[in-house]
Amino acid sequence: MKKALCAVLIGVSLIAAGCGSDDDDATTTATTVADKAPKFAAGSTMAKIQENGKLVVGTKFNQLGSGLKDPTTGDLEGFDIEIAKLVAAELFGVSPSKAEDKIEFKETPTPVREFSIQKGDVDIVIATYTINDTRKAFVDFAGPYVVDGQTVMVAADNTTIKTLEDLNGKKVCTARGSTTPKNLTDKKITANITLFDTYPECATALRQGRVEAVVTDRGILLGLVEQGARAFKLVDIDVSEEPLGIGLKKGDDAFRDFLNDRLEEIFESGEWATAFAGTIGALGVETPVPPTVNRYAGTGAATSVATTGTTAATTTSTVATATSR
Amino acid sequence: MTAPVLADTLGPRARRRVLLASLATGAVLLVALVLAVRKLDANGQLDSAKWRPLTQWSVLKFFLGGLGNTIRAAGTAMVFAVTIAAVLALARLARTRALRWPATLYVEFFRGLPLYILILFSWLGLPILGLKWETFWYLVLGLTVYNSAVLAEIFRAGILSLDKGQSEAAYAVGLGYWQAMATVIVPQAVRRMVPAIVSQLVTLLKDTSLGVVIFYEELLRRARISAEFFQNPVHSVLLVALIYIAVNATLSQVATRLEARQRRRYGAAPIAVAGVEDLAVTSAKAGATGAA
Amino acid sequence: MDVVLDNLDLFVGGLRTTVSLTLLSYAAAFVIGIVVAAFRVSPVPPLRGAGALFVGTIRNTPLAVLMVLFFFGLPDAGVIYSSFTSAVIVLAAYTGSFIAETVRAGVNTVAVGQGEAARALGLTFPQTLRIVVLPQALRAVVAPLGSLFIALIKNSSLAAIISVPELAGTAEQLISDTAQPLPIFIGVAVAYLVLTLPAGALVNALERRVAIVR
Repeated sequence: MKKALCAVLIGVSLIAAGCGSDDDDATTTATTVADKAPKFAAGSTMAKIQENGKLVVGTKFNQLGSGLKDPTTGDLEGFDIEIAKLVAAELFGVSPSKAEDKIEFKETPTPVREFSIQKGDVDIVIATYTINDTRKAFVDFAGPYVVDGQTVMVAADNTTIKTLEDLNGKKVCTARGSTTPKNLTDKKITANITLFDTYPECATALRQGRVEAVVTDRGILLGLVEQGARAFKLVDIDVSEEPLGIGLKKGDDAFRDFLNDRLEEIFESGEWATAFAGTIGALGVETPVPPTVNRYAGTGAATSVATTGTTAATTTSTVATATSR
Repeated sequence: MTAPVLADTLGPRARRRVLLASLATGAVLLVALVLAVRKLDANGQLDSAKWRPLTQWSVLKFFLGGLGNTIRAAGTAMVFAVTIAAVLALARLARTRALRWPATLYVEFFRGLPLYILILFSWLGLPILGLKWETFWYLVLGLTVYNSAVLAEIFRAGILSLDKGQSEAAYAVGLGYWQAMATVIVPQAVRRMVPAIVSQLVTLLKDTSLGVVIFYEELLRRARISAEFFQNPVHSVLLVALIYIAVNATLSQVATRLEARQRRRYGAAPIAVAGVEDLAVTSAKAGATGAA
Repeated sequence: MDVVLDNLDLFVGGLRTTVSLTLLSYAAAFVIGIVVAAFRVSPVPPLRGAGALFVGTIRNTPLAVLMVLFFFGLPDAGVIYSSFTSAVIVLAAYTGSFIAETVRAGVNTVAVGQGEAARALGLTFPQTLRIVVLPQALRAVVAPLGSLFIALIKNSSLAAIISVPELAGTAEQLISDTAQPLPIFIGVAVAYLVLTLPAGALVNALERRVAIVR
């Protein structure tokens, strides 16, 4: 049904594109949306967002490449921002370059992502958000929209950390609520983990010598290296694979289907590749093949309430209930 | 000004000693300053890339926006806190236990807890209870709850500091309890409390910086955002410190002048509330130089 | 409330850290306070200026700003300490500035005659302070000093901003892990009240015993 609707829209827009004026933005060359907003089932999240007039997206504001906000101008740039624009474009039937007017971006630092979704502060979260089973107890995921991996960043003159095992006993930094502690434990590494609220704080700590390494997604680290002006370097270690997804309210299967459909669309159309090349690609990464979305079976509404950094894995939790972790 | 307490007018030998001490102190301070500057330079902190952003109007506007948010939060919290505190103080002084005990419980509970905890749990706990607001209101709630307890104590102390004769005279004239309160006691007490309230406002402004923990964009949070973007934590946070110092020093001066004037005109006693720093200091000062 | 009981060891650990933070910081603050107060009443102008500068800047800056500046900013100026040590230094400096003001006020309560008598006996300025003035000054300001101690107990919670595992930081981490803010709030509130309420009573008792009857 949706595919038929899309086909009609493609047809209409191809005709309209011939007559309409073009923007300068490169991402519109393969546009497939018309000026007419698509209709959604009444009561569905998509319809509610349309009524609302804007899509509220939680994202990072301080990560070059993924989501970076210039505090002086308010401009937002990054791969996650582009994905958000592509989603909003479909929801409101506008071209992606105009989609930014239909989006309200809110900052959702790493510890607050589940909390924001559950509280309803945002409609979706696109914030270098790894899909994993622990988080699925609180939220649902559409995607993945890119497959990243965790790796290690050290000071540019560091020579002691070359392999994963070298991290043992070293002072490692990551953000509260990230998957890093669990990843390291899974790989049987015991490192001295320091937690801060945001990754730039970790970068500062690394620069000042408080910690010896920062472990998180490669995309994030590339941005930090770029901002760090030759102070940092990445080490060629693969800590884990991180499929990044769009977080949404648990149990909203209709919305999840919509998002997954849209993702598959942009994978196909080349818009995804263009977005990637313009953001993370600019940091020196080759544009990969788009991933395959995972349409897992929904498990119903959230069984427990998330608070900040809920998914930080530690070994001290003794809560017996299986569903809450 | 303090010389008469501890030293007579200095004779020639003492003057020479003081001169030497001054030169020595000056030298030490200068050396410390030079060392600090050299260390900063070595770490590249004096590069223009670090401090130039802070001279741009767009960046300063960002910071001032944070200051605006700080003042908004502090002002809103103050209004609510004063209102609630007035009710609490009167309740604590009421003659019926049903009014006194809940009020006392409220005051002792919220005064004994750190504001950090109150703000954090307001932000994390209330959404679970269904109260879903903007971050601003959680900060204001935490500030209000804490300051209403402190202000309630200030009000109560202010009312109790009035000469007993006032209330006795009011009853002698035939006024009831609440009438006496409204027409005789409270108006006089309010005048005495004003310096303490201004002092508490200074503390309140400082306390809004705790909004950084719940990601509210007050001044400190904006400084950190800017510091991350421009990679200049020392400069950004120093600038914020300077802004706070300027604002608070001015307010403190106002409070001190008010305090002196109230004491001169109305013989007001200093009002102290245990566990609040600014009030502890002003009470020590006033107690020392004033009514004693 | 099970979550509190299950994690009691963490709570107790946090409580212990808070107590050691408070005691260490207050001891350091006391020393800083007396030294700065001495500076402020000394006849040497640069010392008076330095003291006034110290108090004027630190008193009027929020503690959160000081913590962030010291921990994230100063390492770029070559001053770098662990989070616990940084917290102690910042809390000590902050509380110390208030103690300095309080002690200075106390010094001003000491009768002028005391200073004159000390000079008449040939005591130098430092001796006058140490033997005659400060003991009387301190007895006069026991209540505000105690009040500052209680304020410090509460201010220690800000060490959580720089990741010190004291009570507030532990509570925050526990909420992250267990997603049950309400029981943890009750637990943490009880823990702090256990510290502040008896401290208040103690300060009152101490003041009554030590106060100078004029």
